[in-house]
Amino acid sequence: MSDVYVLGVDMIKFGRFPERTVPDLGSEAALLALDDANLSIKDMDAFYCGNLYQASSMVGQRILQEIGQTGIPVVNCANACATGATAFREGWTAIKAGLYDCVLAVGVEQMGSGLLGGGVQSTGISHEGLLGSGTMPAVFAEAGSEHTRKYGTTFEQFARISVKNHHHSTMNPKARYQIETPLEEVMNAEMISYPNTKLMCSVNVDGAAAAVLVSEKKAKELGMNRAVKVKASVMTSDPYQERDLVMPDVNTCTKKAAKEAYEMAGIGPEDIDLVELHDCFATAEMLHYGNLSLCKDEDAGKMLDEGQFNLGGTTPVNVSGGLLSKGHPLGATGIANIYEVCTHLRGEAGERQVQGARIGLTHVIGLGSACGIHVLEKV
Amino acid sequence: MALPVVDYIKLPEKGSPYLEGHKCKACKAIYLKARKACSNCFSRETMEVKKLSNRGKLYSYCIVHRSFPGIDVPYISAIVDLDGGGTIKGNLIDCPADPEKINFDMPVEVVYDDALGRKDSEGNSYISYFFKPTS
Repeated sequence: MSDVYVLGVDMIKFGRFPERTVPDLGSEAALLALDDANLSIKDMDAFYCGNLYQASSMVGQRILQEIGQTGIPVVNCANACATGATAFREGWTAIKAGLYDCVLAVGVEQMGSGLLGGGVQSTGISHEGLLGSGTMPAVFAEAGSEHTRKYGTTFEQFARISVKNHHHSTMNPKARYQIETPLEEVMNAEMISYPNTKLMCSVNVDGAAAAVLVSEKKAKELGMNRAVKVKASVMTSDPYQERDLVMPDVNTCTKKAAKEAYEMAGIGPEDIDLVELHDCFATAEMLHYGNLSLCKDEDAGKMLDEGQFNLGGTTPVNVSGGLLSKGHPLGATGIANIYEVCTHLRGEAGERQVQGARIGLTHVIGLGSACGIHVLEKV
Repeated sequence: MALPVVDYIKLPEKGSPYLEGHKCKACKAIYLKARKACSNCFSRETMEVKKLSNRGKLYSYCIVHRSFPGIDVPYISAIVDLDGGGTIKGNLIDCPADPEKINFDMPVEVVYDDALGRKDSEGNSYISYFFKPTS
């Protein structure tokens, strides 16, 4: 089977664009990625489009109406917050299978405002605030409290993750915010669901990111200068856990995906130079240090306190600013984090560059649950 | 006549309300709703109805300070492991919304009451369950 390479990848600066449309945002990212690869839509054999909130409205085809209707197969996919990673992986799978040499993957989202989650009940009254809370901040606060229960993790340690990621984002011009948030400010911000304050929740933004994936044959033909190798692509769903009924499990599916990804890539966590992981809430990032074997579960808080996950630490995590400050446009997130890692592997990350980065890992979680992990390597 | 807010609350004509689960006879996994096959061991036709306990222990929680518009805050969203199996989520009441006062594994009782006065569009009332600390 052919190896697969990222030849072009880019994202738009995340923000609020209520006057624009989903195909408009997605097509901008698509053209950026095609330009980055020095290719045209005419060169694409297939197109995988990830979008959640307009999953029934043929977003991929509408993007092609903006940039060129060449008649190629278009697959529209939705997989909660793993949507972008799913689109990317579908493209990877098709090249691996030998079907295509050149594919486009786009992740795009336009968000509303307010809290996510809660859902619609089958009975006639709302369950929110009656049978606990189904909002995302609450669900991930409960997952964080489980970490506290097991390992003694403190509110201050969770808050410190937000300080770190906001600091990183000051060096990322494509992040929604470039604002330092000192620890006191994070801890004293409006409490949403203890232990997550407002500054410990990901930012609702609109955004789009895109990647051009090619076969090894095509990469050699076009030039490997800026190509990045996809060393592993893994997707899992959540295996049964006894508290599944009320506590969506983001841990087991991540641990399973990480193990498979390290095996596929033939490396260990110690070989990873940077990680972009799914910090939808500060509490979530804390869980994934152990889930991705960046440290033992019980050492997560301590390693964070020591600065091991800061830019300059042993394994920098979310140097883009993460979902907490770069922003989290659901369907775009899983390709935006691939853009971030590729930018470091290409040595083009400017002020926030992870020096000497050769291998990076991206991780997303779609609650319900889907986990996507990609391992990327400098050529 | 009030309705149960979820169908795993059972309101017998005689006797006290209780929660009903479905237990896999093969691997003992407990669900709040029947499944075609067991999610854990994949066995088929092994599900049996099981009355769940009205006592349990606090497994995890959060304190909700901002919810959807119109929902009273703060409140404690609690995840409780029931004695003898089954895990459910609900509001922890009669307990200060203060992390210093909430202890993991604290024993709680499942109590049944009106669903905070909420009615559906047809005017029906509902019965819900809540968790209360027991000493």
